[in-house]
Amino acid sequence: MFLQRALPLDSLAVGGDAGVYDTSRLPPAFSRELYELVRYRDLLIQLISRDVRTRYKRSVLGVAWTMLNPLLMMAVLTLVFSQLFRADVRHYAVYLLSAQLIWTFFAQTTTQAMGHLAWGSALITKIYLPRSVFAVSQVGTGLVNLVLALVPLFLITLLSGAQLTWAVLWLPVPMLLMACFALGIGLLLSTVAISFPDVAEMYQVLLMAWYFLTPIIYPLSALPESARWLMNLNPAYHLVEAFRAPVYGGAGPDPGALVVAATAAVLALVVGWLVFTSVADEIPARI
Amino acid sequence: MAVIRSVELDTKETPLPRATPEVDVIKMSSVSFRYLHQNERLTSLKEYAIRRLQGRVEIRDVWAVRDIDLSVRRGEVFGIVGRNGAGKSTLLRLVAGVLRPTSGRVVVHGWPVSPLLEIGAGFHPDLTGRENVYLNATLLGHSKRDVDARYESIVDFAELAGVMDEPLRTYSSGMNARLGFSVATGWEPNVLLVDEVLAVGDEAFHKKCEARIEEFRRRGATVLLVSHQSSQLLAISSRVAWVDEGRIRAIGDPQDVVRQYTEAADVG
Repeated sequence: MFLQRALPLDSLAVGGDAGVYDTSRLPPAFSRELYELVRYRDLLIQLISRDVRTRYKRSVLGVAWTMLNPLLMMAVLTLVFSQLFRADVRHYAVYLLSAQLIWTFFAQTTTQAMGHLAWGSALITKIYLPRSVFAVSQVGTGLVNLVLALVPLFLITLLSGAQLTWAVLWLPVPMLLMACFALGIGLLLSTVAISFPDVAEMYQVLLMAWYFLTPIIYPLSALPESARWLMNLNPAYHLVEAFRAPVYGGAGPDPGALVVAATAAVLALVVGWLVFTSVADEIPARI
Repeated sequence: MAVIRSVELDTKETPLPRATPEVDVIKMSSVSFRYLHQNERLTSLKEYAIRRLQGRVEIRDVWAVRDIDLSVRRGEVFGIVGRNGAGKSTLLRLVAGVLRPTSGRVVVHGWPVSPLLEIGAGFHPDLTGRENVYLNATLLGHSKRDVDARYESIVDFAELAGVMDEPLRTYSSGMNARLGFSVATGWEPNVLLVDEVLAVGDEAFHKKCEARIEEFRRRGATVLLVSHQSSQLLAISSRVAWVDEGRIRAIGDPQDVVRQYTEAADVG
């Protein structure tokens, strides 16, 4: 027989009972979305591998470009800023690149989570998909790129004469925390951006301000004494520091900072998830 | 016309192997769907905020479908006819779980349903045909292992075996359509949703598509078919509903309903 049954009638279902979709008996949105996301996990993998592959297929230099890009940018930034902070920061290139990488991961992931939902809007008005799949896949793509970018980071660390220690084994922790934080923010932004595309532009301005208000290109000591306590209110500062410490400082992240970073990450993810899933079913009608 | 009639007779005479007439595969009970329509489409948050402050945002209700009661039995090919904007596609999306009813209840047995996607939706031009098959099938909820198992037959049906490693942008629109249909129907569905998509592709492939849908139906699948082309509905439907302004105007024998619809359309 040339055909085979795709899914038996009693296969897993959106609704409560197996194989039955009943709009009067649907589980709560936040758990249903999670369940559906797990069911569509192979789609998640496909979307991530598509994004990674198209990125490298498009550029002539392929993977080499992702290595070269940060290296070139580093060269420029180091040239400019190392003069500025010469006294304060040793191995400025490493100081800058480590923070820059994790920030770029955050900035790109959140921005693309918005854009990707817009791309998927053609699909989610026609077929059922877990709507969070687009934001989650962007975080996945970002993580793959971030892991690849660790190669030039380590290379620069060694070249600049700084010590690369076993502390780098800590890196997955801040990376995952930042992923949670980015996903939460990305979901919140998607919720608004689906109705108002201009939010994407506004967010770019906000990102720029946030970038300069976080000690990424400058050391904390460059801030006036009276303003430093403000950094306690900036979750990005703690997340960035947790990533920078194992590479630049050669030590595990400060436990206090790690607690703050983890709290911010979990809080952002929970709020983002609850808000997004509560409106997820209305998204196809709002596009 | 003669051809169409013979197919229609065929649908009525073929026994349905899985048919259990008492089961309503799709059941809608007083289903309404409303979307909120702003006085003009505000796509800017800045503008929205300003107008909101000025109290100039008017939102009115638009009921896309109203008080729909509908039961489709297992093994039926159920056609929905109506003008553009009458609410046909909204009905289909309510069944597909894309939209949730504002009020009323939708029950579908045999979830998840299989939608026939608009050709090209979900395809990526830079990826190869093979990569697109995997992407598209997982979009429809299949696992990678499912696709591995069906890959050969999907490619065979689309008649594209030689070009699966070429990027999709090198395909003609006909090849795109073939691949899209082939992926969407690569698995035998319990409930198949078809929204106007059969109108594309060349004549020969068109025939092949209809034959495949007929094969599904013969084996007990339920098909919900939306079209504004009444001849197509006459050819393969066992019952037809005429939807107008979000309500069902007539329901029953395809010949009857389609006649009423075309008469009303002629007058209008």
